[in-house]
Amino acid sequence: MTTLTAPRSWDEFMEGVWRQNPLFVMVLGMCPALAVTVSAVNALSMGLATTFVLTCSCLLVSLLRKLIPKEVRIAVYIVIIATFVTVVDYAIQAISLALYDALGAFIQLIVVNCIILGRAEAHASKNPPLPAVINALGMSAGFTLGLFALGSVREILGAGTLFGVSLFGPNFQPWVVMLLPPGGFFVLGAWLLLFSWWARRGLGKPVKEAVEHV
Amino acid sequence: MSGETRQPAAMAATQGTPTAAMIKALGLVSAICGLIIVGAYQSTFDAVAANKRIATERAVFKVIPAARSIAEFVALPTGTVEKLGAGGTANSANNAVPGAIRFFAAYDEGGQLAGIAAEGAAKGYADTVRIMFGYSPACQCVVGIGVVSMRETPGIGDKIITDKAFLANFTALDTRLNADLGALAHEVKAVKHGAKTQPWQVDAIAGATITSRAVGKAINDSAQLLLPRLVPNIDKLGKS
Repeated sequence: MTTLTAPRSWDEFMEGVWRQNPLFVMVLGMCPALAVTVSAVNALSMGLATTFVLTCSCLLVSLLRKLIPKEVRIAVYIVIIATFVTVVDYAIQAISLALYDALGAFIQLIVVNCIILGRAEAHASKNPPLPAVINALGMSAGFTLGLFALGSVREILGAGTLFGVSLFGPNFQPWVVMLLPPGGFFVLGAWLLLFSWWARRGLGKPVKEAVEHV
Repeated sequence: MSGETRQPAAMAATQGTPTAAMIKALGLVSAICGLIIVGAYQSTFDAVAANKRIATERAVFKVIPAARSIAEFVALPTGTVEKLGAGGTANSANNAVPGAIRFFAAYDEGGQLAGIAAEGAAKGYADTVRIMFGYSPACQCVVGIGVVSMRETPGIGDKIITDKAFLANFTALDTRLNADLGALAHEVKAVKHGAKTQPWQVDAIAGATITSRAVGKAINDSAQLLLPRLVPNIDKLGKS
Protein backbone atom coordinates (compact mmCIF):
# COMPACT_ATOMS: atom_id res chain seq x y z
CA MET A 1 0.00 0.00 0.00
CA THR A 2 2.70 2.44 1.04
CA THR A 3 4.78 1.64 -2.04
CA LEU A 4 1.82 2.46 -4.23
CA THR A 5 1.04 5.76 -2.51
CA ALA A 6 3.85 7.83 -3.94
CA PRO A 7 3.30 7.23 -7.66
CA ARG A 8 -0.48 7.34 -7.24
CA SER A 9 -0.28 10.68 -5.46
CA TRP A 10 1.94 11.95 -8.22
CA ASP A 11 -0.53 10.78 -10.87
CA GLU A 12 -3.35 12.37 -8.92
CA PHE A 13 -1.37 15.60 -8.78
CA MET A 14 -0.45 15.60 -12.48
CA GLU A 15 -4.04 14.85 -13.39
CA GLY A 16 -4.92 18.40 -12.50
CA VAL A 17 -1.78 19.94 -13.92
CA TRP A 18 -1.94 18.27 -17.30
CA ARG A 19 -4.64 15.75 -18.21
CA GLN A 20 -7.49 17.76 -16.75
CA ASN A 21 -5.93 21.19 -16.67
CA PRO A 22 -8.82 23.34 -15.43
CA LEU A 23 -8.06 26.18 -17.80
CA PHE A 24 -6.93 24.63 -21.06
CA VAL A 25 -8.68 21.26 -20.97
CA MET A 26 -11.80 21.74 -18.86
CA VAL A 27 -12.06 25.44 -19.78
CA LEU A 28 -13.33 26.42 -16.32
CA GLY A 29 -12.70 29.60 -14.37
CA MET A 30 -12.64 31.80 -17.44
CA CYS A 31 -13.78 34.89 -15.56
CA PRO A 32 -10.58 35.48 -13.56
CA ALA A 33 -8.52 33.93 -16.34
CA LEU A 34 -9.49 36.68 -18.76
CA ALA A 35 -9.87 39.56 -16.36
CA VAL A 36 -6.81 39.61 -14.12
CA THR A 37 -4.12 38.22 -16.40
CA VAL A 38 -2.81 41.58 -17.59
CA SER A 39 0.52 40.93 -15.92
CA ALA A 40 2.49 37.94 -14.75
CA VAL A 41 2.42 39.14 -11.13
CA ASN A 42 -1.36 39.52 -11.12
CA ALA A 43 -1.79 36.11 -12.74
CA LEU A 44 0.48 34.39 -10.24
CA SER A 45 -1.14 36.14 -7.27
CA MET A 46 -4.58 35.15 -8.47
CA GLY A 47 -3.34 31.60 -8.96
CA LEU A 48 -1.88 31.48 -5.46
CA ALA A 49 -5.02 32.94 -3.91
CA THR A 50 -7.11 30.32 -5.71
CA THR A 51 -4.64 27.62 -4.65
CA PHE A 52 -5.10 28.59 -1.02
CA VAL A 53 -8.88 28.67 -1.24
CA LEU A 54 -9.14 25.45 -3.23
CA THR A 55 -6.76 23.48 -1.02
CA CYS A 56 -8.18 24.66 2.31
CA SER A 57 -11.79 24.22 1.19
CA CYS A 58 -11.12 20.73 -0.10
CA LEU A 59 -9.37 19.81 3.14
CA LEU A 60 -12.24 21.06 5.27
CA VAL A 61 -14.91 19.54 3.03
CA SER A 62 -13.08 16.25 3.13
CA LEU A 63 -12.70 16.34 6.92
CA LEU A 64 -16.39 17.13 7.38
CA ARG A 65 -17.64 14.90 4.58
CA LYS A 66 -19.36 12.42 6.90
CA LEU A 67 -21.11 15.16 8.86
CA ILE A 68 -22.56 17.02 5.89
CA PRO A 69 -26.07 15.87 4.96
CA LYS A 70 -26.39 15.69 1.21
CA GLU A 71 -29.48 17.92 1.18
CA VAL A 72 -27.50 20.92 2.36
CA ARG A 73 -24.11 20.04 0.95
CA ILE A 74 -23.93 22.83 -1.64
CA ALA A 75 -24.80 25.44 0.98
CA VAL A 76 -22.10 24.05 3.25
CA TYR A 77 -19.51 24.05 0.46
CA ILE A 78 -20.30 27.64 -0.41
CA VAL A 79 -20.00 28.72 3.23
CA ILE A 80 -16.65 26.95 3.52
CA ILE A 81 -15.36 28.40 0.25
CA ALA A 82 -16.57 31.89 1.15
CA THR A 83 -14.76 31.62 4.49
CA PHE A 84 -11.41 30.97 2.87
CA VAL A 85 -12.03 33.63 0.25
CA THR A 86 -12.56 36.12 3.08
CA VAL A 87 -9.33 34.96 4.69
CA VAL A 88 -7.44 35.40 1.43
CA ASP A 89 -9.05 38.80 0.93
CA TYR A 90 -7.71 40.01 4.30
CA ALA A 91 -4.35 38.42 3.65
CA ILE A 92 -3.88 40.19 0.32
CA GLN A 93 -4.89 43.52 1.87
CA ALA A 94 -2.27 42.93 4.54
CA ILE A 95 0.41 42.01 2.01
CA SER A 96 -0.08 44.71 -0.60
CA LEU A 97 -2.86 47.23 -1.23
CA ALA A 98 -1.59 47.80 -4.76
CA LEU A 99 -2.06 44.13 -5.54
CA TYR A 100 -5.47 44.20 -3.86
CA ASP A 101 -6.54 47.08 -6.12
CA ALA A 102 -5.18 45.34 -9.20
CA LEU A 103 -7.09 42.13 -8.51
CA GLY A 104 -10.18 44.10 -7.57
CA ALA A 105 -13.44 42.23 -7.25
CA PHE A 106 -11.96 39.05 -8.64
CA ILE A 107 -10.69 37.97 -5.25
CA GLN A 108 -14.22 37.95 -3.85
CA LEU A 109 -15.39 36.26 -7.03
CA ILE A 110 -13.23 33.22 -6.26
CA VAL A 111 -16.32 32.16 -4.29
CA VAL A 112 -18.15 31.41 -7.50
CA ASN A 113 -15.18 29.91 -9.31
CA CYS A 114 -16.63 26.64 -10.54
CA ILE A 115 -13.30 24.84 -10.30
CA ILE A 116 -13.51 25.04 -6.52
CA LEU A 117 -17.13 24.04 -6.12
CA GLY A 118 -16.53 21.35 -8.73
CA ARG A 119 -13.59 19.88 -6.83
CA ALA A 120 -15.45 20.00 -3.52
CA GLU A 121 -18.47 18.23 -5.00
CA ALA A 122 -16.72 15.78 -7.33
CA HIS A 123 -13.66 14.85 -5.33
CA ALA A 124 -13.21 16.16 -1.79
CA SER A 125 -16.65 15.07 -0.62
CA LYS A 126 -15.90 11.46 -1.56
CA ASN A 127 -12.26 11.12 -0.54
CA PRO A 128 -10.15 11.22 2.63
CA PRO A 129 -8.22 14.42 3.38
CA LEU A 130 -4.84 13.46 1.90
CA PRO A 131 -6.00 12.50 -1.60
CA ALA A 132 -8.40 15.44 -1.58
CA VAL A 133 -5.59 17.86 -0.81
CA ILE A 134 -3.29 16.31 -3.41
CA ASN A 135 -6.00 16.53 -6.03
CA ALA A 136 -6.74 20.13 -5.05
CA LEU A 137 -3.05 21.05 -5.18
CA GLY A 138 -2.76 19.49 -8.64
CA MET A 139 -5.77 21.40 -9.93
CA SER A 140 -4.48 24.60 -8.36
CA ALA A 141 -1.07 24.11 -9.92
CA GLY A 142 -2.73 23.57 -13.29
CA PHE A 143 -4.86 26.68 -12.84
CA THR A 144 -1.92 28.79 -11.67
CA LEU A 145 0.22 27.59 -14.58
CA GLY A 146 -2.60 28.37 -16.97
CA LEU A 147 -3.05 31.88 -15.55
CA PHE A 148 0.70 32.43 -15.68
CA ALA A 149 0.80 31.27 -19.30
CA LEU A 150 -1.85 33.87 -20.14
CA GLY A 151 -0.46 36.63 -17.93
CA SER A 152 3.16 36.36 -19.04
CA VAL A 153 2.30 36.38 -22.74
CA ARG A 154 -0.04 39.34 -22.32
CA GLU A 155 2.50 41.28 -20.29
CA ILE A 156 5.36 40.56 -22.70
CA LEU A 157 3.35 41.56 -25.77
CA GLY A 158 1.25 44.30 -24.21
CA ALA A 159 3.85 46.08 -22.11
CA GLY A 160 7.20 44.64 -23.23
CA THR A 161 7.99 43.56 -19.70
CA LEU A 162 7.95 40.43 -17.56
CA PHE A 163 7.47 40.84 -13.79
CA GLY A 164 7.92 44.55 -14.46
CA VAL A 165 11.39 44.07 -15.98
CA SER A 166 11.73 45.58 -19.42
CA LEU A 167 12.65 42.95 -22.01
CA PHE A 168 13.02 44.80 -25.27
CA GLY A 169 14.42 48.19 -24.30
CA PRO A 170 12.86 51.59 -24.84
CA ASN A 171 12.28 51.22 -28.59
CA PHE A 172 9.65 48.51 -28.23
CA GLN A 173 6.19 49.73 -29.18
CA PRO A 174 3.84 47.90 -26.78
CA TRP A 175 1.00 45.96 -28.34
CA VAL A 176 -1.55 47.60 -26.08
CA VAL A 177 -4.56 45.59 -27.24
CA MET A 178 -3.06 42.58 -25.47
CA LEU A 179 -3.70 44.30 -22.12
CA LEU A 180 -7.29 45.06 -23.04
CA PRO A 181 -10.12 42.51 -22.79
CA PRO A 182 -9.86 41.45 -26.46
CA GLY A 183 -6.20 40.59 -25.90
CA GLY A 184 -7.28 38.16 -23.20
CA PHE A 185 -9.44 36.31 -25.69
CA PHE A 186 -6.70 36.32 -28.35
CA VAL A 187 -4.12 34.84 -26.02
CA LEU A 188 -6.55 32.34 -24.50
CA GLY A 189 -7.56 31.26 -28.00
CA ALA A 190 -3.93 30.85 -28.98
CA TRP A 191 -3.19 28.68 -25.94
CA LEU A 192 -6.27 26.52 -26.50
CA LEU A 193 -5.20 26.12 -30.12
CA LEU A 194 -1.72 25.10 -29.04
CA PHE A 195 -3.06 22.57 -26.55
CA SER A 196 -5.40 20.91 -29.01
CA TRP A 197 -2.68 20.94 -31.68
CA TRP A 198 -0.43 19.13 -29.22
CA ALA A 199 -3.22 16.67 -28.57
CA ARG A 200 -3.77 16.00 -32.25
CA ARG A 201 -0.09 15.62 -32.97
CA GLY A 202 -0.09 12.82 -30.42
CA LEU A 203 2.59 14.57 -28.42
CA GLY A 204 0.17 15.01 -25.59
CA LYS A 205 -1.86 11.83 -25.97
CA PRO A 206 -3.34 12.07 -22.46
CA VAL A 207 -4.70 15.48 -23.22
CA LYS A 208 -6.48 14.18 -26.29
CA GLU A 209 -8.23 11.47 -24.27
CA ALA A 210 -9.19 13.98 -21.64
CA VAL A 211 -10.52 16.37 -24.24
CA GLU A 212 -12.67 13.62 -25.70
CA HIS A 213 -13.96 12.63 -22.30
CA VAL A 214 -14.93 16.07 -21.16
CA MET B 1 -9.36 2.77 3.45
CA SER B 2 -12.48 4.35 4.84
CA GLY B 3 -14.73 2.84 2.18
CA GLU B 4 -16.53 0.53 4.62
CA THR B 5 -17.35 3.26 7.09
CA ARG B 6 -18.70 5.53 4.38
CA GLN B 7 -21.23 3.00 3.12
CA PRO B 8 -23.79 3.30 5.96
CA ALA B 9 -23.58 7.06 5.95
CA ALA B 10 -24.32 7.17 2.25
CA MET B 11 -27.30 4.85 2.70
CA ALA B 12 -28.68 6.94 5.52
CA ALA B 13 -28.36 9.98 3.33
CA THR B 14 -30.47 8.46 0.56
CA GLN B 15 -33.30 7.88 3.02
CA GLY B 16 -33.40 11.56 3.94
CA THR B 17 -31.75 13.34 6.82
CA PRO B 18 -33.68 14.52 9.86
CA THR B 19 -33.97 18.29 10.11
CA ALA B 20 -32.13 18.39 13.42
CA ALA B 21 -29.10 16.73 11.86
CA MET B 22 -29.06 19.28 9.05
CA ILE B 23 -29.28 22.18 11.47
CA LYS B 24 -26.55 20.62 13.58
CA ALA B 25 -24.27 20.22 10.57
CA LEU B 26 -24.91 23.73 9.31
CA GLY B 27 -24.40 25.18 12.78
CA LEU B 28 -21.14 23.32 13.21
CA VAL B 29 -19.81 24.40 9.83
CA SER B 30 -20.85 28.01 10.42
CA ALA B 31 -19.14 28.01 13.82
CA ILE B 32 -15.89 26.67 12.37
CA CYS B 33 -16.02 29.18 9.50
CA GLY B 34 -16.82 32.03 11.85
CA LEU B 35 -13.81 31.20 13.99
CA ILE B 36 -11.55 31.09 10.94
CA ILE B 37 -12.77 34.46 9.67
CA VAL B 38 -12.45 36.17 13.05
CA GLY B 39 -8.95 34.73 13.42
CA ALA B 40 -7.93 36.01 10.00
CA TYR B 41 -9.44 39.44 10.64
CA GLN B 42 -7.71 39.82 13.99
CA SER B 43 -4.33 38.70 12.74
CA THR B 44 -4.32 40.92 9.66
CA PHE B 45 -5.98 44.00 11.20
CA ASP B 46 -2.78 45.84 12.16
CA ALA B 47 -1.01 45.09 8.90
CA VAL B 48 -4.01 46.25 6.84
CA ALA B 49 -4.34 49.49 8.82
CA ALA B 50 -0.61 50.16 8.47
CA ASN B 51 -0.77 49.47 4.74
CA LYS B 52 -3.66 51.89 4.32
CA ARG B 53 -1.85 54.59 6.26
CA ILE B 54 1.33 54.12 4.23
CA ALA B 55 -0.65 54.23 0.99
CA THR B 56 -2.33 57.52 2.01
CA GLU B 57 0.97 59.04 3.12
CA ARG B 58 2.64 58.04 -0.11
CA ALA B 59 -0.17 59.57 -2.15
CA VAL B 60 0.06 62.85 -0.19
CA PHE B 61 3.86 62.99 -0.30
CA LYS B 62 3.71 62.52 -4.06
CA VAL B 63 1.58 65.61 -4.64
CA ILE B 64 3.37 67.73 -2.01
CA PRO B 65 7.03 66.74 -2.28
CA ALA B 66 8.12 68.93 0.67
CA ALA B 67 5.80 67.07 3.05
CA ARG B 68 7.27 64.98 5.86
CA SER B 69 4.19 64.33 8.01
CA ILE B 70 0.43 64.52 7.50
CA ALA B 71 -2.70 65.08 9.54
CA GLU B 72 -6.25 64.30 8.51
CA PHE B 73 -8.95 66.98 8.62
CA VAL B 74 -12.55 67.41 7.54
CA ALA B 75 -14.11 70.56 6.19
CA LEU B 76 -17.70 70.74 7.41
CA PRO B 77 -20.57 72.30 5.46
CA THR B 78 -20.87 74.92 8.20
CA GLY B 79 -17.58 76.36 7.00
CA THR B 80 -15.32 75.08 9.75
CA VAL B 81 -12.48 72.60 9.66
CA GLU B 82 -11.94 69.89 12.25
CA LYS B 83 -8.97 67.71 12.89
CA LEU B 84 -9.63 64.00 12.94
CA GLY B 85 -8.21 61.99 15.83
CA ALA B 86 -5.12 59.86 15.59
CA GLY B 87 -7.46 56.89 15.17
CA GLY B 88 -7.58 57.95 11.53
CA THR B 89 -9.81 55.75 9.42
CA ALA B 90 -12.01 54.36 12.19
CA ASN B 91 -12.62 57.82 13.52
CA SER B 92 -13.47 59.35 10.18
CA ALA B 93 -16.14 56.70 9.66
CA ASN B 94 -17.84 57.72 12.90
CA ASN B 95 -17.55 61.40 12.07
CA ALA B 96 -19.25 60.96 8.73
CA VAL B 97 -21.18 64.24 8.78
CA PRO B 98 -23.10 64.54 5.51
CA GLY B 99 -21.29 66.92 3.17
CA ALA B 100 -18.02 66.86 5.10
CA ILE B 101 -14.94 66.82 2.88
CA ARG B 102 -11.88 64.94 3.97
CA PHE B 103 -8.47 66.43 3.29
CA PHE B 104 -4.91 66.13 4.51
CA ALA B 105 -2.68 68.87 5.80
CA ALA B 106 0.96 68.17 5.00
CA TYR B 107 3.82 69.61 7.06
CA ASP B 108 7.46 70.02 6.07
CA GLU B 109 10.54 69.16 8.11
CA GLY B 110 10.18 72.22 10.33
CA GLY B 111 6.54 71.39 11.06
CA GLN B 112 5.28 74.28 8.91
CA LEU B 113 2.25 73.80 6.71
CA ALA B 114 3.59 72.71 3.31
CA GLY B 115 0.27 72.23 1.57
CA ILE B 116 -3.13 70.57 1.46
CA ALA B 117 -3.98 67.34 -0.29
CA ALA B 118 -7.53 66.39 -1.18
CA GLU B 119 -9.24 63.87 -3.38
CA GLY B 120 -11.39 64.55 -6.38
CA ALA B 121 -13.31 62.27 -8.70
CA ALA B 122 -14.97 62.57 -12.08
CA LYS B 123 -16.23 60.23 -14.75
CA GLY B 124 -13.50 59.31 -17.21
CA TYR B 125 -13.59 57.21 -20.36
CA ALA B 126 -14.00 53.79 -18.76
CA ASP B 127 -14.87 54.49 -15.15
CA THR B 128 -14.52 57.11 -12.45
CA VAL B 129 -11.06 58.63 -12.30
CA ARG B 130 -10.11 59.35 -8.70
CA ILE B 131 -7.20 61.69 -8.19
CA MET B 132 -5.44 63.37 -5.32
CA PHE B 133 -4.22 66.91 -5.80
CA GLY B 134 -1.87 69.06 -3.77
CA TYR B 135 -2.87 72.66 -3.03
CA SER B 136 -0.41 75.28 -1.92
CA PRO B 137 -1.94 78.06 0.20
CA ALA B 138 1.07 80.27 -0.60
CA CYS B 139 0.40 80.53 -4.34
CA GLN B 140 -3.30 79.55 -4.12
CA CYS B 141 -2.68 76.99 -6.78
CA VAL B 142 -2.59 73.26 -7.40
CA VAL B 143 0.98 72.05 -7.28
CA GLY B 144 0.72 68.37 -8.11
CA ILE B 145 -1.64 65.51 -8.87
CA GLY B 146 -1.57 61.78 -8.39
CA VAL B 147 -4.01 59.12 -9.49
CA VAL B 148 -5.77 57.22 -6.71
CA SER B 149 -7.65 54.81 -8.95
CA MET B 150 -8.77 54.58 -12.55
CA ARG B 151 -9.55 52.04 -15.22
CA GLU B 152 -8.62 54.09 -18.26
CA THR B 153 -7.25 52.49 -21.41
CA PRO B 154 -3.64 51.40 -20.94
CA GLY B 155 -1.33 53.33 -23.22
CA ILE B 156 -3.90 56.09 -23.89
CA GLY B 157 -5.87 57.32 -20.88
CA ASP B 158 -3.21 56.25 -18.42
CA LYS B 159 -0.83 58.80 -19.92
CA ILE B 160 -2.19 61.18 -17.29
CA ILE B 161 0.25 59.48 -14.91
CA THR B 162 3.31 59.67 -17.15
CA ASP B 163 2.89 62.44 -19.73
CA LYS B 164 5.36 65.15 -18.66
CA ALA B 165 3.71 67.92 -20.67
CA PHE B 166 0.36 67.10 -19.08
CA LEU B 167 1.77 66.97 -15.56
CA ALA B 168 3.39 70.35 -16.16
CA ASN B 169 -0.16 71.76 -16.03
CA PHE B 170 -0.17 71.02 -12.35
CA THR B 171 2.96 72.80 -11.20
CA ALA B 172 1.03 76.06 -10.69
CA LEU B 173 -2.60 75.63 -11.69
CA ASP B 174 -4.45 78.76 -10.63
CA THR B 175 -7.24 78.01 -8.13
CA ARG B 176 -7.63 81.47 -6.57
CA LEU B 177 -10.98 82.21 -4.94
CA ASN B 178 -13.16 85.09 -6.08
CA ALA B 179 -13.60 88.24 -4.03
CA ASP B 180 -16.27 86.96 -1.62
CA LEU B 181 -14.43 83.63 -1.16
CA GLY B 182 -17.53 81.72 -2.25
CA ALA B 183 -16.15 79.94 -5.28
CA LEU B 184 -13.11 79.72 -7.53
CA ALA B 185 -12.36 82.91 -9.44
CA HIS B 186 -11.96 80.86 -12.58
CA GLU B 187 -13.31 77.39 -13.20
CA VAL B 188 -10.56 74.83 -13.70
CA LYS B 189 -11.16 73.28 -17.08
CA ALA B 190 -9.36 71.03 -19.52
CA VAL B 191 -9.03 72.55 -22.97
CA LYS B 192 -8.06 70.94 -26.26
CA HIS B 193 -4.42 70.03 -26.65
CA GLY B 194 -2.42 73.16 -27.42
CA ALA B 195 -5.28 75.58 -26.62
CA LYS B 196 -4.20 76.49 -23.07
CA THR B 197 -3.88 80.25 -22.66
CA GLN B 198 -4.76 80.86 -19.00
CA PRO B 199 -3.13 79.54 -15.80
CA TRP B 200 -6.40 77.92 -14.70
CA GLN B 201 -6.73 75.86 -17.84
CA VAL B 202 -5.49 72.31 -18.24
CA ASP B 203 -3.87 71.43 -21.54
CA ALA B 204 -5.40 68.06 -22.47
CA ILE B 205 -3.37 65.17 -23.83
CA ALA B 206 -4.00 64.68 -27.54
CA GLY B 207 -5.92 61.42 -27.89
CA ALA B 208 -6.84 61.30 -24.21
CA THR B 209 -9.10 64.33 -24.04
CA ILE B 210 -11.87 62.62 -22.08
CA THR B 211 -9.51 61.42 -19.36
CA SER B 212 -7.80 64.82 -19.24
CA ARG B 213 -11.18 66.50 -18.89
CA ALA B 214 -12.04 64.15 -16.04
CA VAL B 215 -8.90 65.26 -14.22
CA GLY B 216 -9.80 68.92 -14.72
CA LYS B 217 -13.37 68.35 -13.59
CA ALA B 218 -12.28 66.34 -10.56
CA ILE B 219 -10.01 69.17 -9.40
CA ASN B 220 -12.64 71.77 -10.14
CA ASP B 221 -15.51 70.00 -8.37
CA SER B 222 -13.45 69.24 -5.31
CA ALA B 223 -11.77 72.66 -5.12
CA GLN B 224 -15.08 74.52 -5.60
CA LEU B 225 -16.44 72.81 -2.49
CA LEU B 226 -13.34 72.55 -0.36
CA LEU B 227 -11.44 75.81 -0.87
CA PRO B 228 -14.21 78.23 0.17
CA ARG B 229 -14.41 76.37 3.49
CA LEU B 230 -10.68 75.90 3.83
CA VAL B 231 -9.07 79.21 2.90
CA PRO B 232 -10.68 81.31 5.70
CA ASN B 233 -9.56 78.68 8.20
CA ILE B 234 -6.09 78.03 6.86
CA ASP B 235 -4.45 79.33 10.07
CA LYS B 236 -6.25 76.71 12.13
CA LEU B 237 -4.28 73.94 10.44
CA GLY B 238 -1.26 75.27 12.32
CA LYS B 239 1.81 73.20 12.92
CA SER B 240 2.11 69.47 13.16
